[in-house]
Amino acid sequence: MANNNQHPTLTGSEILWATLAGEGTTTVFGYPGGAILPIYDALRKFPTIHHVLVRHEQGASHMADGYARASGRVGVCMATSGPGATNLVTGLATAMLDSIPMIAITGQVSSKVLGSDAFQEVDITGITLPITKHNFLVTRAEEIAPTVRKAFQIATSGRPGPVLIDITKDAQQATATFDFDAAAPGAARPHPMLRAESAAMREAIALIKQAKKPIILAGHGIVESGAEAEVIAFAESQKIPIATTLLGLGCVPAAHPLQLGMMGMHGESWVNNAIQQADLLLAFGMRFDDRVTGNLASYSPNSKKIHIEIDPSEINKNVRADVALIGDLKSVLQVLLPQLQPKSADAGAWLDEINASKGTAAVRDIINLPDNGHLYAAHVIHDIWREAQAAGRLNETIVVTDVGQHQMWEAQYFKHEAPRTLVTSGGLGTMGFALPAAIGAKVACPEKDVWVIAGDGGFQMTAAELSTIVQEGLAINVAIINNGFLGMVRQWQETFYEKNYSASPILSPDFVMLAAAHGIAGAHVEKRADVIPTVTKARTSGKAFLINFQVEKEDGVYPMIAPGAALHEMVRRPQSDPLLETAEDE
Amino acid sequence: MLHTFVALVQDKPGVLTRVASLFRRLNINIVSLTVGESERQDTSRMTIVCEAPENSAHRIRASLYKLETTVHVDEVNRTEAVVRELCLVKVAAGPAQPHGLHSRSQIFELATVFRARVVDLAPESIMLEMTGSASKIEGLLQVLRESGYEVLEVSRTGRMAMRRGQHTSRVLKALGTKESGSEAGSDLLDLDPDALPNSDQLPNQFDEEVD
Repeated sequence: MANNNQHPTLTGSEILWATLAGEGTTTVFGYPGGAILPIYDALRKFPTIHHVLVRHEQGASHMADGYARASGRVGVCMATSGPGATNLVTGLATAMLDSIPMIAITGQVSSKVLGSDAFQEVDITGITLPITKHNFLVTRAEEIAPTVRKAFQIATSGRPGPVLIDITKDAQQATATFDFDAAAPGAARPHPMLRAESAAMREAIALIKQAKKPIILAGHGIVESGAEAEVIAFAESQKIPIATTLLGLGCVPAAHPLQLGMMGMHGESWVNNAIQQADLLLAFGMRFDDRVTGNLASYSPNSKKIHIEIDPSEINKNVRADVALIGDLKSVLQVLLPQLQPKSADAGAWLDEINASKGTAAVRDIINLPDNGHLYAAHVIHDIWREAQAAGRLNETIVVTDVGQHQMWEAQYFKHEAPRTLVTSGGLGTMGFALPAAIGAKVACPEKDVWVIAGDGGFQMTAAELSTIVQEGLAINVAIINNGFLGMVRQWQETFYEKNYSASPILSPDFVMLAAAHGIAGAHVEKRADVIPTVTKARTSGKAFLINFQVEKEDGVYPMIAPGAALHEMVRRPQSDPLLETAEDE
Repeated sequence: MLHTFVALVQDKPGVLTRVASLFRRLNINIVSLTVGESERQDTSRMTIVCEAPENSAHRIRASLYKLETTVHVDEVNRTEAVVRELCLVKVAAGPAQPHGLHSRSQIFELATVFRARVVDLAPESIMLEMTGSASKIEGLLQVLRESGYEVLEVSRTGRMAMRRGQHTSRVLKALGTKESGSEAGSDLLDLDPDALPNSDQLPNQFDEEVD
């Protein structure tokens, strides 16, 4: 067919880029290889798309994930067939567990040799079946545009998730007519929604009216749905305190008087106790993860549960819902709230009761203990927060954490006032996530300050991406919480395995020298007094900066609920300084 | 307990894997799974019978619908649906068999009682075809064995199920209760409660569950 301006004939590779550009993609994180070379060859014809070369494909998947979490846009990553594709697996699973809209594109061997164990052939659609929302194998150039457009629809509709598109090399090389509009997908599959007059809605209203001790459990779905304003309006109207999940942090400002803080395994005692004493739980876009509920048999025994959730398969999965409102949270709240009378001021008694139950918590809190010469991770993270707040950059600061103790301390001591200011791997708990995800976040939001907070263990898993930071010229600040241990593993070994520190002590390179080898400035910090000045220096340097915080080795995250224990059976923070005790033990 | 799901799925490569993988992930054993063409183009109909706790039906159904390749899922139970299975049985029947030359005529009699049909007659064997509920098929096999016949081969299709009467919203639509003008391939809005009779609403499924 001859070219014409309206519907040009393009190669499959060109169609891919044109469709991505049409869907609004401006950045792709990837790594080339044999089976995806035609796509990389066509890249130069699409100057609106910037390609970030990663150092390992796992990094590409985490970057696309971090890009999506920070911006709310779809992250796109790309890899070749075989090992390139399998290296994406951890990042896809991470995005799947946390419902992140993401597109992964992999090259595949030619359709003529599919299934023949050709060089670098792997059945990536088979491998990623349970860790993608959906995946596609494309063998013809004509299918590329409709498949990519469908993938964007799937990734962003309903409960978001990652979608993988595997494109054979011959499909990349063949030609087809490109018509972006004609490739538009049909309507998304119907997602269940409730009408205002439905029985479930009436039951929910009745339960809310009766409740004396209600609590909102605020989850990641609030951010996905963009329902932050509706949740706050709902809580303020009904005088309902809010407890958040890890991924829900920031959806309601930490300083809001109704915001209690994080619930669950390392949540504050008064939050978990309030959930146990509540007579009504309103679960907003959360899925009652085991890290949130503790022992299910004794979970919030006296409360009715209203579960507002877009994914029907989450209903009654872990906790039985008395009323399930299935649908997009924002839409459901927009229907629900007008049907409720604002509650009077005396409904504040419940909040007063919760606040009174804080008791000695502040006294026990490490933040409020006098400086004893030791550097604690909690202080470091709290000081990073104080520094950002003092500089008026708090809502323009995105913290990207790795997984482990520092992640929990971040959740406890960095007060998030705005959504999408915390990027962290919740469901899968992927160590090595922070550095690449921060690159994605910084590329998505170049005007924001991006802090990596990572442990010495997790940082080393993906440290090669330091080189990507330099190649892209990104001003990312890295705070390594270095305690010489895989800290969370060590804490569990201390608590549950009689201090048998099996394989948890970890040797690290001199991280500042490692940064210097990449041309990144850095500093060691061992004293609390040096934290804020160094943090300021990093933030204002205008370039990447790495700080190695040499912190107390055997510090523990408290409060803590042992696995299998009930939510109220938490181990509180010790009365005396835990670190001095461990120092004496040595 | 046994649950029976009827799923309409896209007729594409890999769809069966997606469905089977879902049950594997939930650690639920599939008792039988039949796939074939349905009344609509490019859509296969699966009947899946599985052994699972009583209160897991809703979650399985919702998980099935979560698959992008699934067009519609329904759960049916014995009282509201016709459930059938096809079975081929090859029985040894010849002069050397226990009942000698009478073997064949006895098998013919049994077949008549069970409304099975003789579909192949060989010197040493008879093949019967039978359609019915699982218990009826098991009854025929039991009687054959207890009568001393050697059952050489059994091939069962697994269960197929279809709701009785006008219970489904699709039937309601066909009767003109909702958008009768819509074409056959695009009326699958069953999870939209507005299009559903009350009993089909997903949230109401929870009421049937046991703690």
